[in-house]
Amino acid sequence: MSNFETVIGLEVHVELKTKTKAFCGCANQFGAEPNTNTCPICLGHPGVLPILNHEAVDYAIKAALALNCEVARETKFDRKNYFYPDNPKAYQISQFDQPIGRNGYIEIEVEGKKKRIGVHRLHLEEDAGKLSHLEDGSGSLVDFNRVGTPLIEIVSEADMRDPKEAYAYLEKLKAIMQYIDVSDVKMEEGSLRCDANISIRPFGQTTFGTKTELKNLNSFTFVEKGLAYEEMRQERVLLSGGEVVQETRRYNDATKTTTVMRGKEGSDDYRYFPEPDIIKLKIDQEWIDRIQAEIPELPDARQKRYVEELGLPEYDAMVLTQTKTMSDFFQAAVAEGADAKLVSNWLMGEVSAYLNSNYKTIDQVPMTAQGLAKLVQLIEKGTISSKIAKKVFKDLIEKGGDPEEIVKAKGLVQISDEGALRDMLAPILEANKQSMIDYKNGKDRALGFLVGQVMKQTHGKANPKMVNKIILDEINKL
Amino acid sequence: MPLFEEGLVSLSQKLHSKEIKASDLVDEAFARIHEVDGDVKAFLTLNEDAARSEAKALDENGTAEEAILSGMPIGIKDNMVTKGLKTTCASHILENYDPLYDATVVDKVKAQKAITIGKLNMDEFAMGSSTETSSFAITKNPWDLERVPGGSSGGSAAAVAAGEVLFALGTDTGGSIRQPSAFCGVVGMKPTYGRVSRYGLVAFASSLDQAGPITRTVEDNAYLLETIAGLDRHDSTSADVPVPHYAAALTGDIKGLRVAVPKEYLGAGIDESVKEKIRAAIKQLESLGAVVDEVSLPHSKYAVPAYYIIASSEASANLARFDGVRYGVRAETNDLIDMYKKSRSEGFGDEVKRRIMLGTFALSSGYYDAYYKKAQQVRTLIKQDFEKVFQNHDIIVGPTTPTPAFKVGENIDDPLTMYANDLLTIPVNLAGIPAISLPCGLADGLPVGLQMIGRPFGEETLYRAAHAYEQTAGFTLTPAKGAMNK
Repeated sequence: MSNFETVIGLEVHVELKTKTKAFCGCANQFGAEPNTNTCPICLGHPGVLPILNHEAVDYAIKAALALNCEVARETKFDRKNYFYPDNPKAYQISQFDQPIGRNGYIEIEVEGKKKRIGVHRLHLEEDAGKLSHLEDGSGSLVDFNRVGTPLIEIVSEADMRDPKEAYAYLEKLKAIMQYIDVSDVKMEEGSLRCDANISIRPFGQTTFGTKTELKNLNSFTFVEKGLAYEEMRQERVLLSGGEVVQETRRYNDATKTTTVMRGKEGSDDYRYFPEPDIIKLKIDQEWIDRIQAEIPELPDARQKRYVEELGLPEYDAMVLTQTKTMSDFFQAAVAEGADAKLVSNWLMGEVSAYLNSNYKTIDQVPMTAQGLAKLVQLIEKGTISSKIAKKVFKDLIEKGGDPEEIVKAKGLVQISDEGALRDMLAPILEANKQSMIDYKNGKDRALGFLVGQVMKQTHGKANPKMVNKIILDEINKL
Repeated sequence: MPLFEEGLVSLSQKLHSKEIKASDLVDEAFARIHEVDGDVKAFLTLNEDAARSEAKALDENGTAEEAILSGMPIGIKDNMVTKGLKTTCASHILENYDPLYDATVVDKVKAQKAITIGKLNMDEFAMGSSTETSSFAITKNPWDLERVPGGSSGGSAAAVAAGEVLFALGTDTGGSIRQPSAFCGVVGMKPTYGRVSRYGLVAFASSLDQAGPITRTVEDNAYLLETIAGLDRHDSTSADVPVPHYAAALTGDIKGLRVAVPKEYLGAGIDESVKEKIRAAIKQLESLGAVVDEVSLPHSKYAVPAYYIIASSEASANLARFDGVRYGVRAETNDLIDMYKKSRSEGFGDEVKRRIMLGTFALSSGYYDAYYKKAQQVRTLIKQDFEKVFQNHDIIVGPTTPTPAFKVGENIDDPLTMYANDLLTIPVNLAGIPAISLPCGLADGLPVGLQMIGRPFGEETLYRAAHAYEQTAGFTLTPAKGAMNK
């Protein structure tokens, strides 16, 4: 292994799904026709003034509390000045020295090891527009729809020591934002964005090495891959006697490498100063209490409960609580009386496989929690075999409905009547006498063959346990 | 006698009793404009067709009894956005700008069916004290066409003084209502910060800007402020304080009013001719029963530098949006940075550039504490100076300006002398308190302005004192017509 320790910090922007934008009455929505979701205020026309959306403040406080932050009792907004065509006022309303949240943490788990990653600060600000450049180089187009969308910026402490920890931090952060329902947290729609800072240092050194900042990290996997590449690159630079240069680098997924975007000399002076158009905001205990009361059970708490109360293995509990939709689905199925571990097996196995290969989430399929619970119960009762259950499941997840009805309609009920089974098995065993003799002579595989023959001819409806028993009975009679 | 000299209350009564028509008032405005504005150059844009048809509609449909401003010709400073009426801030960068909405103050006078006569000249983006920094014209003082009307609301004050409108709206960031009102011999009120909505005022220095009325008389001023004041959901810095019926305060009784005269306001740097008029005015107040004391505002000497740092810093951000991307003038280039540079270099005048650079510097990393932060500390001290005086006094009285109107060209190349012109008005903006300027006589044929400063939301007291003085001063100020069109 390497002689260097990696130090990683993440800056995450999360778009808040408030009804309206942060400082004007425009609807806050993704995907409208360019420049239709604008008004003089978000377009930065002369004379306009921002009016703070208190729903955005509520959401920011909620996020701060969910990330275990101290919430500022007095906070204010500041102007961050820079020129860019997607920034209509040429300043962004942000928060400089009095962020809404400070000193929080997120608990992560990597390879079975738990760790606390500090949240340095969380502040509220407005999003910019979107610029697209014409391919022939003749100009650029600006879409101002996104301007003024409320964002929270969450800055971690430099507490991560491995790209895998960065991945786990993002997964957990995303889960928490989903649980408290303040954001869609969809990286592909830009409602969650991440920049990463990374440096390395010899083990034992207490000061940080020179860091680089990574941008264009469009998925959690890219974050991990980009950091892993950068970790290796910086190590190579140091081992060859060079120095790491402080710079911003772009991750390129095609080559799985990072390339220089801009150097330190390009670093900006944003000339922050207090936003005179928005009065200072006092957040009293009553306000904080009201928001605290709205925070549901968070993933860590659920995970603990699944282990302690439902007896799930730690791993199952962690996976199931990663998204609120999955966790809610699981709970609903268990509430129907289905066995927790069996439900968990289905969700982590067949259900996840189906969802992953179809790029869907659990709330996007017709199958209900009641449906899955019933399926699990049908297996428990022996009404259907696990094999038949897979057939039923295919129907259930694609079309929804009641598994019992599916089983009936398709005639898939398991045959568990011993007399009937013996009658059905007699001709099959007669035709495969040699295999029975083989088994008796010590060829264990022969039993599996015989069961397979029976299942094939009964279209899987025969109760496999009983089939086994009957075959062994018959062999013993030989 | 021109109708406008009768004042708002009398005109409104005559209008309601159909003795006169709204069209008569609008006719008088345009007749006067066509007669004198070639010389005075108070207006940048006229709203003649719309104004005449609005007047006609009022004449046909009648005016609402309760709306005292109904049918009254008003001029609007060109940094207040008016839907469908070009708003330029007297800057090339906005010379083609048609606003998408009305400023709240415009909305409010429109709701009372006052008639907008046109948009008034000003210093570019309200940066200046003489209206000479306008990109389009230099407004002249109706009392002496070789002199400036003051600024930045020079067009507003000159138009009222010249009888082109009954009254006008101006804005005051460091004295921009009071100083031109003093120079032109009219009444100008800078209300408490937050008294009047800033929504739709093209921002210069957001923590200092206030809109206010410029009128011929104190009474007219009180009515116009009552109309435009009040909480506005579009401006979170507007105050949730009820708006009084200011005209009710005009009782003429100021017996026992405790008047403070800061020694700094009658000290070095103030013209003898000005001091003389102010002392006479103070005597007059005493004779009306006011009790006068000398006080000190020890930190007021730091007001001008602190102001230029704070106002310029805020302006550097406020004016950054004029980048040629969405509206206004865009210079054609092939490169983004060049477009910014060229649009802004060509679009802004020298004074505006000077202040943007000053503000950008003051906010820069490494300088923030030494400049912006320190200026804010000075601002607190200045505010405390006033609070101390107001513990024992009701109003503060002194001159509005150190001198009467200066000549066109006299100070324009000397920014520091020009800035020093605002030393008596700037402390008021830094403290966020109200102040009124009203005429207190002529010095060598030029008006001198008496400034009265009040407690936060103490506009009623200011109106009472100003009105008591005005009613007993024994003179009326109207520039000789000959002064305007020689």
